[in-house]
This record gives sequence, structure tokens and C-alpha cells, in this order.
Amino acid sequence: MSTLAVHDHGLVHHEEGHEHHHKATFLNTYVFSQDHKMIAKQFLITGITMAFIGMLLSLLFRIQLAYPDKSFPLLETLLGRFAPGGRLSPDFYMSLVTIHGTIMVFFVLTAGLSGTFANLLIPLQIGARDMASPFVNMLSYWFFLIASIIMISAFFVEKGPASGGWTIYPPLSALPTAMPGSAEGMTLWLISMVCFIGSSLMGGINYVSTVLNMRTKGMDLWKMPLTVWALFLTAVLGVLAFPVLVAGVVLLIFDRSFGTSFYLSDIVLNGKVMPFEGGSPILFQHLFWFLGHPEVYIIIMPAMGISSEVMSVNSRKPIFGYHAMVYSLIGITVLSFIVWGHHMFVTGMNPFLGGVFMITTLIIAVPSAVKTFNWLATLWRGNIRFTPAMLFAIGMVSFFISGGLTGIFLGNAALDINLHDTYFVVAHFHLVMGSAAIFGMLAGVYHWFPKMFRRMMDERLGYLHFWVTFVGAYLVFFPMHFMGLEGVPRRYYAITEFHQWDHWLNVNTFITWSAIMAGVAQLAFIFNFIHSIFWGKKTVQNPWNANTLEWTAPIEHVHGNWIGEIPTVYRWPYDYSKPGHEEDFIPQDVPFSQTMSSNLPHDFEDNPEGLEEFNKWTSTQKANEEVK
Amino acid sequence: MGFRKLITSKKSLLLFAASTLLGTHQLMAQGTTAAATPDAAGSSGMWIGVLYYVLIFLVGCVCLAILGKILKVYDLTLKMQGKKPINWNTIMGIVCLIFIIAGMYGAYWSLTVQGSMSLPRSASAHGVDIDNMFNLTTILTLIVFVITQVLLFGFAFVYRGSEKRKAYFLPHNNTIEKVWTIIPAIVLTILVVFGFFTWQTVENSTNVKGDLNIDITGHQFAWELRYPGPDGKLGALNYTLTTGLNKLGIDFKDPNSLDDLQADTLVLPVNKSIRLNIHAQDVIHSVFMPHFRLQQNAVPGLPTFFKFIPTITTDQMRAETNNPKFEYLLYCNKICGGIHYNMQKVVRVVSQAEYQDWIAKQKPYLTDQLKQQLKVAAAKSASGQLSSNKLALNN
Repeated sequence: MSTLAVHDHGLVHHEEGHEHHHKATFLNTYVFSQDHKMIAKQFLITGITMAFIGMLLSLLFRIQLAYPDKSFPLLETLLGRFAPGGRLSPDFYMSLVTIHGTIMVFFVLTAGLSGTFANLLIPLQIGARDMASPFVNMLSYWFFLIASIIMISAFFVEKGPASGGWTIYPPLSALPTAMPGSAEGMTLWLISMVCFIGSSLMGGINYVSTVLNMRTKGMDLWKMPLTVWALFLTAVLGVLAFPVLVAGVVLLIFDRSFGTSFYLSDIVLNGKVMPFEGGSPILFQHLFWFLGHPEVYIIIMPAMGISSEVMSVNSRKPIFGYHAMVYSLIGITVLSFIVWGHHMFVTGMNPFLGGVFMITTLIIAVPSAVKTFNWLATLWRGNIRFTPAMLFAIGMVSFFISGGLTGIFLGNAALDINLHDTYFVVAHFHLVMGSAAIFGMLAGVYHWFPKMFRRMMDERLGYLHFWVTFVGAYLVFFPMHFMGLEGVPRRYYAITEFHQWDHWLNVNTFITWSAIMAGVAQLAFIFNFIHSIFWGKKTVQNPWNANTLEWTAPIEHVHGNWIGEIPTVYRWPYDYSKPGHEEDFIPQDVPFSQTMSSNLPHDFEDNPEGLEEFNKWTSTQKANEEVK
Repeated sequence: MGFRKLITSKKSLLLFAASTLLGTHQLMAQGTTAAATPDAAGSSGMWIGVLYYVLIFLVGCVCLAILGKILKVYDLTLKMQGKKPINWNTIMGIVCLIFIIAGMYGAYWSLTVQGSMSLPRSASAHGVDIDNMFNLTTILTLIVFVITQVLLFGFAFVYRGSEKRKAYFLPHNNTIEKVWTIIPAIVLTILVVFGFFTWQTVENSTNVKGDLNIDITGHQFAWELRYPGPDGKLGALNYTLTTGLNKLGIDFKDPNSLDDLQADTLVLPVNKSIRLNIHAQDVIHSVFMPHFRLQQNAVPGLPTFFKFIPTITTDQMRAETNNPKFEYLLYCNKICGGIHYNMQKVVRVVSQAEYQDWIAKQKPYLTDQLKQQLKVAAAKSASGQLSSNKLALNN
């Protein structure tokens, strides 16, 4: 009933909109647009830009790791005082790893991924005219852009950007004199992050309210595609977890600027006794990871949702265990709030707490395992169409397995003692949330590119992009596990100070060249992306023969998404290759009455009238056959 | 066509940009004095190097574009002749198959070659438990890794798309879903139970005193060691007393502190239980001794500790690893500033007799200079309560 009312309201509003038509100017169409499709594109393009910046930073420090003693005059020309004599300075190296991590985790894989696909897909897949609050939605993008600009601007202050690691643990980040990056650079980092969280909250509240209130007629929660489920639960996670980081950051700002001692105690810096007393650096870590761990699920869940959808469409087969997929997403959402302590096993936290967090951490592996098996079962006996999106979705599953399994080591407190903060951790999270999430994002870009830009991307360049990136990522991150097993710590400017690690120098060089190869492959993507926006092949309305609602909307973007009435939804989104139906897909807005030959009793579980109709139809069919 | 045009135009643009840059640089070099000439020559050499890489990249792009065109032309001729166009589903399916075969071989190679480069056997008693736990986890996860990856790419190859087939409609199967929820749950329960007990034995927080208690204090960018003197006890610390001479802030009013010794190397007697009291002065550091499977953060204001029993002497490990230069090392493993990467300390495990010899040679923290300073301070404090308060605060 309630969905019906909202639906009608949306319709009325739309007709009103036609009467007082706003003049479409360049500014309100492309810049200060309140249309969710345009905001999605703004998020995507900003996200891709940030991803390229983040990738370039990583290549810079990879060069340092591969050639620790070599001078590259070009670096000095480009970076000036940050690379005296053509070698990165140790402080700038720290800045690079810090900003690389921050950009990738927050600006690319949180805002770039959720921001793009929640904006694009939530209204289109649930059948809504726009977000619940288009204005707040627009603000969400602008806060994100401001946060991005502030974050990058830190490269232009004298002492360089923040350099305490993306986790910015105090006291290192709290004492402006502790290292160059803890001065103005850290202030900018904190300001940027507050803006970013503002953006994330405005976006998240919008996504939640849109999903809960604005679904079209017939779209009950159990008929929503897994993308919408994933984006919805991601938004819930973000809304609940991000404010805690604001609290942590605000207290840090107080410690830095107003002389409080929330995180500081008993400190002697550079021979000078500091007046701070009574605080605890561990408190910040609790606050940080209370967001930080849900954050990694905020990153991976949209990628899971996108991959589920893409794999189902391109296997021409329903996603296996739809309910199990949703329940495991819910399980991950709930559990992700009680596992944060596994980042702190060796910080001096009470060992008993460590034991508790170990148990909760390993429990969260169960829903993750269920999801993996369900993806495999979705491929089984499918009729797989290898679009680039499909390849990226398969790649996502492969990375998720490889990286997820090493999580079982790190979640075990006893094993974490020796693996904590080594390259093993770096390999783990770059596979499971870095590469997997970025592959989910790329799968989404290739899959919904026609919806966004009304043109197709070039498939062959997509294949090239996929294979080089996929192989490159494994070549980069697989050997890192073994460096970690020998205890090589992360965030080390050079490992040549210790001669027992000299045998890893070759491996480091190999990793760097693999990274450069994978980086160059991204140029194939960016060329394909830009070229296809303007000169790509024009798309048809439903290029992938998919069931979900966004493909029933017209190719030309209209404000309000559908011309006339919003389609009504009659079935779940995964009726692919249903026996008895001629085509191998049945869109969600096709009523059961039009597909009598393919209906199953299961389709009418909560619809007794429909079941009666169905039974009548089957009995007459039987009677007819007997007559024959 | 547009494709190639764009590439050529991009190429000429880049060439133009590079040559302009080169030109301005040479102009600037001409403007400066003769002393700068070799520098200018070096920088033009650098730009030539850059140009070289850019050219290689562009040549690669052009080759790729030509390859793409050839494929397209081939595809079109096939279509014109009424044959089937290139079937990308089959090609990608085969590439998936090649990938999984090559990938599995690569993973095997990496595991055997690079895996054998990892740490020697644990040099501490608790480390043996951790290593057993590690081996169990590795075996279980490797089995899952191989099965799932092979299935993933195997399915991708076997069920690659074809016009003739329709996929099998299989929305769910409750039995199999239950099975693959319960099996991982059981396996993980086993790992959790073993892990929990291992963790408890390692941390062992009930029996906290060791045979030998050593203070280790991290600051930017070094570690300081403090051994107890003949009394076997370490004196109290008070960070407000830290000065240039009393760099740890030892409270010398505590009689236990008078004989505390300083040392450069962390020398440990073998088979004795050692308790490291871990402190940090400025920012968070982390005591990381991978050979002993030991790591604990050093947190300012929150003293931590780690208790362990070293079981293999440095000499034994040298013989075992066939490396006469082998040393156990202690690293800093929590980002603490620019020189974080070079905060190492040599750890040497020796026999009890060697340890006694060594400890007898170490110097106390209470140096003559420090004694002098403390005397002056004491005299000052006698002259007036007020000024001594001030002194303590200003320290």
C-alpha cells in the first residue's frame, strides 16, 4: 500500500515538473545537476581521476622500492625538494604511501564506487524518479569534490602531505613536530576527511531512504536486485560507522591544536618533555577501526553486489541462492561492527579481548565463504557470455578468494603476532579489498556504461585491459605474501639496510615492473572510456538482455527516468533461461500472465490468487494434452 | 580510422611538448654560467631518456592499434564470406583455461621458491606453537584455494557461451547451501579453537615475571636497552625526569635504579624466560623480532611487555642456516617517522656463561656526569622548596 502511494506521488510530481519546466542550462545540467544519473557520472569521473592519482603515487614509491640506490633526475625535476638528487626523500615516501592509501580507500573505493553505482542504480533498479532528496544528493557530490581537492592540495604545502600512514595513529599524527607530514599536511588531511565524511553521510542517508520509501509498485524487498541490496546495506554501514571517525578526528584536532590530551600521555619528543598526561593512543585506534573495519566492507559489498548481478546476467542463469546471498550480506553487515579489534592484536590491547575479536573475525568468514560458493554455483552449467564486465566479475571472485583466505591467517591472533604490519598484510588487503573492489567497480563501469553514456565500450580493448590488469595484479601481490612471511615490514623506505633481505631486491624490481605494466594497461581503459563516451557504438535499450528495471528506461536520459508511468514489478530479477520460456530472460516488469508456459509453483509463494490461476492453467494444459 | 588518427595526433602533440620542454631547458642552460653546463647536459640527457620511453610507449600503442585493425578487417571478411565471425566467448574461455594452468604453476613455483626464502624455524619456545598453527592453516587454505580457483576458471572454460545451448535454470538448492555453510563453519571453529589456545599460551598473562627482565624503550629513531644490575631489579621510571644525560627518565631516588645497566646489543641467555618491558617515549613504535615470532607495540603512556624463551643460540642458528654472518634482528614495525625503516637492533642469544661475561662488562646508567648533575640539583633543591618545584616542572 505504502509503495503504491509513493509511486503515485512520484507520478504526480513528474507531471507537475512538465508544466513548470526549468530551463536546462549548462550549469544546472552538467555542473550543479540534481539528477542522480548526472551525479553518478560526476562521482565516477572524479573517482577515476583520483584512482589515477593514487596509482601514480604508488608507482612512484614502487620505483623507490625497486631501485633504492639509484638516482632518477626526472623525479627531481617533477617533485623538486621531495626528491633531492633524484631519489625520493624518506619523509616523502611516507607521504606517498599515506596519500595512496587514503585516496584508494576513501576517495576511489568508497565514494567512487558507492557514489557512482548507488546514485546510478538505486533509483533506476527500484523504479524511482530520483533520489529521496536530490539536493542533498548534489551536496554529497560537492562535499566529495571539495574533500578531494583539499586532499590533493596537501602536495603543495611546504612540508608535504600527511605522512603517518592512512591510519594516522597518534601521537605521530597528533604532534606537529613529530615528522614533517604531521604539520600542515595533517591538518589538511583532517579537514578533507571531515568534508568527506559529510559527503558520505549525506549520500548514505539518501540511499537508505530512497531504497526504503521509493520502490515502485510490486518491488518488495525480496524482489530487489543484489546490487541494490548491497548498496543499501553499504549505506547503512556507512551511516552507522562514519560518525565514529568524525568523533575520533575531532578529538585529534583538539589534541593537535588546543592542547588537550585525549590520545597523548607521557611524551618526550626530541628530548623535550611534553605536558600531555592521561590520554591513550589506543583510544584513537579503537575509534579509527570502529569505522575502519566496517569501511573495508563498505568497499567490498558494492563490488559483491555488482559482481553478483553481472555474473548472473552474463551466465544467463539466476544467481544461485538469492536468499542466502542477501542473508550473508546482512550477516557481514552486522558482524563487521564487532571485529575491529583484529587490527589491534599486538597494540597492547588486553589479550583476552584479542581472543574475543579472533572468534568474531573468523565467524565473518562463513558468510564470505557462502557467497563465494554461490558465485561458483552460478557459473556452473551456465551459458557464459564473456563481456569485459563478466571477466572483471570473475576476476573479482578470484581476488576475493585469494585475498580472503589469507584473512584466515591474519584474523588468527596467534598468527597475527608475526604477520602484523608485514608485506603479508599488504598482499592480503590489496587482493581482497583493493583489487577485488576495483575489479567490481570496473565490472560495473563496463556493464552500465551504455546506461550512463548511451554508447558501448570497445570489447577488445576491454579484454586487453582485463587480462593485463588481472595478471599484473597477481604478479604484484602474490610474491608479497612471501616477503611478509620472512618478516619484511610494510612502510619501509628501503629494505637494503638489512642485508638479510637482499634476496628480495630482485623480487621488488619484478613487482615494480609488473605494477608499471598493470598501470600502463589502465591507459587502455581510459582511452576506451573517453573514446567511447564520444565515438562509441550507439547502444540499444537493453544491450545485455538483462532483467532489471534500468534497462526498461529509455536510452535518452530524461529527468524522472521513465516517460509516463513507472513500470510495475511482478517478479524477481533473475529469471534467466527459465525453462518453458522462449527467450533466455524475462524482465522484471513482465507479468506472470504473459509467461504462462514458464511459470513455476515457486513463483507464487506469497500470492495465493496467482497460484490458483497457475493451478487452473496447468490442469487445463494437462487436460488438453490428454485430449491429444 | 578515428582510432589511428587520434593516436598519431597524440603522438605529434607529445613530440611537440617534449621538444618544447627540451628547448626551454637548453635555453635556460645557456643563460646560466659555465658551471651549470654539465648539469644542463645531464638534464637534456634525462629528457632524451624520457622521450625514448614515451616513443616506445607510442610505438606500442600504434602496434596495438594496427593489430586491432587487422582483427577487425579479418572479422569483417569472415562476415562478408558468410562465415561465422570471431567467437570471443571461445577465445576468452580458452584464455581462462590457460590462465588457470599457468597460474597454478606460478603459484606452485612461488610457494616452493619464494616460500623457501621465508624465516628459519622458530628460535623461541612459543614460536613452535605458532608455526604449527601456521602450517595447519596453510594446508587448509591451500586446499580451498586450489579447489575454488580451479572450479572458477574451469567453469568459465567449460560453460563458455554458445548459441546452441541454454543455461540450466537453478535458482537455489537448500541442501547444498546448508552443506557449504556448515562445512566452513566447522573448519573455522577448529581453527578458532586451536588459535585461541595458542594465543592464550603465547600471551600467558597470569605468570608475568621472567627470569630476566629487560626494559626496551623506543624513540625516534633508536631503541634503548636497560638491564637490571646485580640486584636483578629495574628501578622506577618517570618521564618528566628525562634530560640529555638521563635519556630514559630513570628515577634515581629508587635504590633499585642505581645499578641499572645500559647496553647496545640485546643479548639474551638461551632457555631462560625473558620479559621485555616495552616503552615508547615519543610516538608508537613496535618491537618486532620475527625469528622469535614476537611482536608488541611500544606505546607512549602504556607500558607493554612480551615474555618468551629463546631456544636457539645465534651460533646454532648460524650453523643451521649455513650463514656465518647470521644475526637475529629487532626491527621497528610501526610507522614512526622518516627513518622508521632503519631502526634495527642486533639480538644475540648466547649461553648462560657467555651472558654472565657480557653483562659484567656493561656500564651503568648512573654515569659520573649524571651523578654530578644530580648533586647540583639536590643542592639547589635544598636551597629552597619553591625553586625545586620550578626545576622539576621545567625539566
